[in-house]
Amino acid sequence: MSIEMAMMGKASADDRPATTCDDVECVMARPASMTDKLMHYCPGCTHGIIHRLVGEMIDEFGLLDHTVGVCPVGCSVFAYEYFQCDAIEASHGRAPAVATAVKRTDSSRFVFTYQGDGDLASIGMAETIHAAARGERITIFFVNNGIYGMTGGQMAPTSLIGQKTTTSPSGRIAETTGMPIGVCELLSSLKGVAYLARVPISSPKNINTARKYMRKAIRAQLENKGLGLVEFLSTCPVQWAMSPIAAMKHIDNTVIKTFPPGVFVDRVDPVDATSTPMPAVAHTGAEA
Amino acid sequence: MSATLEHPGAKNVAAESEPRGTEQVAGTKRLVKGNEALALGAVHGGLEAFFGYPITPQNEIPEILSGLLPSLGRVFLQAESEVASINMVYGASAAGHRTMTSSSSPGISLMMEGLSYIAGARLPCVIINVMRGGPGLGNIAPSQADYFQACKGGGHGDFHSLVLAPWNVQEMFELPALAFDLADRYRTPVFILADAVLGSMLEPAVVPDQIPPLRKVSKEWATVGRGRRAVKNVVNSLYLDPEVLSAHNETLQSTYREARREIRYDTRFTDDAEILLVAFGIAARVGLSAVRLLRKQGMRIGLLRPITLFPFPSDAIKHLAKQVRQTFVFELNSGQMVEDVRLAVNGISPVDFYGRMGGVLPGPEELAEQIRSRIGRGDSL
Amino acid sequence: MKNEVLIAGFGGQGILLMGRLLAEAAMKDGYHATWFPSYGPEMRGGTANCTTIFSDEEIGSPIAACYDIVIAMNQPSLERFGPKVRPGGHLLVNSSMVPIKCERRDIQCAYVPAVTIAGQMAQERVANVVMLGSLLGICPAPILSAYEEAIRSIIGVKKPELVKINLDALAAGRAAVEEQLCAPV
Repeated sequence: MSIEMAMMGKASADDRPATTCDDVECVMARPASMTDKLMHYCPGCTHGIIHRLVGEMIDEFGLLDHTVGVCPVGCSVFAYEYFQCDAIEASHGRAPAVATAVKRTDSSRFVFTYQGDGDLASIGMAETIHAAARGERITIFFVNNGIYGMTGGQMAPTSLIGQKTTTSPSGRIAETTGMPIGVCELLSSLKGVAYLARVPISSPKNINTARKYMRKAIRAQLENKGLGLVEFLSTCPVQWAMSPIAAMKHIDNTVIKTFPPGVFVDRVDPVDATSTPMPAVAHTGAEA
Repeated sequence: MSATLEHPGAKNVAAESEPRGTEQVAGTKRLVKGNEALALGAVHGGLEAFFGYPITPQNEIPEILSGLLPSLGRVFLQAESEVASINMVYGASAAGHRTMTSSSSPGISLMMEGLSYIAGARLPCVIINVMRGGPGLGNIAPSQADYFQACKGGGHGDFHSLVLAPWNVQEMFELPALAFDLADRYRTPVFILADAVLGSMLEPAVVPDQIPPLRKVSKEWATVGRGRRAVKNVVNSLYLDPEVLSAHNETLQSTYREARREIRYDTRFTDDAEILLVAFGIAARVGLSAVRLLRKQGMRIGLLRPITLFPFPSDAIKHLAKQVRQTFVFELNSGQMVEDVRLAVNGISPVDFYGRMGGVLPGPEELAEQIRSRIGRGDSL
Repeated sequence: MKNEVLIAGFGGQGILLMGRLLAEAAMKDGYHATWFPSYGPEMRGGTANCTTIFSDEEIGSPIAACYDIVIAMNQPSLERFGPKVRPGGHLLVNSSMVPIKCERRDIQCAYVPAVTIAGQMAQERVANVVMLGSLLGICPAPILSAYEEAIRSIIGVKKPELVKINLDALAAGRAAVEEQLCAPV
């Protein structure tokens, strides 16, 4: 019997008793909160990993029954197809406003948004900042790959200086297009934010760190502390014109210089904040 | 359901679908401001969550609701913009709640994208537009220049909202409850089109003493959290397959056709009318005064006032167009509803138009003089 | 019976309250009533006016181009709205603030020194209710008890201690007009 069949708990063809997990160690299975729909993402894209992490978290906290996910416009526009929870497709940038209303009308719901950098940091910046300022009890999973993937690789508010995109063909120039927006740095001054962290999705170790951050961002909501946001430094191999492995290395070698990883705000377990190195910028004036 | 419909001569072609109990409830007649009536009417109609952004001349609505809704354990939130407001309405509606926003013309323009999503996702909600002069920043005086925006979709794509037009403070109180019922029944946004005069004026209205408890309307499609439901719910307006989107559009269009049974209008002095005046909202009140003036002078003129602007009472107007020599349309705009009147009349008899723009509300004498001087002049547009 | 009444003056003179009290009194006396405010962008010191209409039949337009009664609380209001009184109508002027007279012969004018009268009651702020009381001297409706009820319900809710002085102001305004209109010309 194959491991796959064992995971699915199906009996083998000759009707012998099914092999159970007592016999075969199940090391990998799809989270119960996810569907078996084939994902539409490009090869090497990290959306799949981040989706899986979200699914794991919903399972781990036992939230599926009362979760409402809010999906964005962008590459993850079909995210609702991959989760078993109820979901709302928001218009471009407005997921925090939609999530605000879903949560406010019934605080027993677990409400998360899943947004890209064009969605959250460009067209939806007002909704992002105000949801954070109000301390909405929502959890935002922010996928920052520094480019508009779905529309064909245009410059994003988080594109790096010098980054070539279809609307910055010679590379992004600060003089005319400004500097990349650091969402964690920007939001860290707002007292409504209970948890704020940035993590690269570039290695198994970092993915484990992402799980740790996501737990806190979810607890920020469940423990009624405020808004929780995890920013994932994500790849876009197709629009970056890199192999998936080169894209991962690009995050670790280059992207993190503009977007330093770490915990920016932690009002969930305030003690932890001292043990987790915070980027220098995050402290400036935040607790005057 | 509305006070005016009890008036002799008033007609209600939607008798088959009276939405809520017409039982008498204890109420007090008192002077009520139009905007206050809209706010109270919405709460009595089961409003659970309000989202809005300040703009004149409708500010009494959020001001009243900011105290009242939380005291009832319901949701009030001042949003960062009208864009956020309408998307909060989208979220609260998706989660199965009776929800509303209110604004005035420029703010409503900002909501048009969200409205299109709401219509596309077949979500019920109520949107109040206390219209002011435009375009652009315009002014804060009364106008009806947003008729097209409200009645012809407003946002992108093939969709409509149902549109209700009150003309007095009593209707300002009663129509929000009807709007919520219609919104839930047809899963569509419902507009209430008022204006700066109706919003700011005081008039006696009967408001029940007790706010009724919430009647939870069951919405099996709502994204409330999956619970024990066998399938997940998704609220969405994305259909990449053209055939699937086409079928979705057909569903929307058939909904609008079904909603024609909700058509409501009000008539005065039409039984013997040789001249017909068609006007809605505040313009219909000036119209009623003008009709009375002209009747005193011997003109057999009657008034038809659409209460539903979409769906439009085309059949009633067509019927009267066969009876009268001429139809006049009076609006506080450059001529918007007159297009629907012309489509209804379809050349049976001449249709003439008089309008004032920019926030000017002419007196009845001015309107009466315009009608008098145009009799027999025919179709001047 | 229909009466279209315009009340105009400076912001801060209590113009809108006068109109509201009149609408409330008319409603309590069984009439249909409307009140519509119009004021400049300044909350204090600007111009303010409001239209109160009461009628025994359903009211159409809540605004009017000309009026049965105009109450002018200051000179600009007299100049602007004096010409808009219908022939046979009434013009009530707060003569404490308006040094000029209306020259029209086709309307009935009364001049009430409302601020002086209110000052004699040691409360100049009630000059607006003095002027409202003057309406009682020229117009049979609404009846006095309806005005009194309006004062009790609108003013009395927030400031019950001010009910009495307002009732006195109402009576004083009525007396001033009746005296003037009965006096030989």
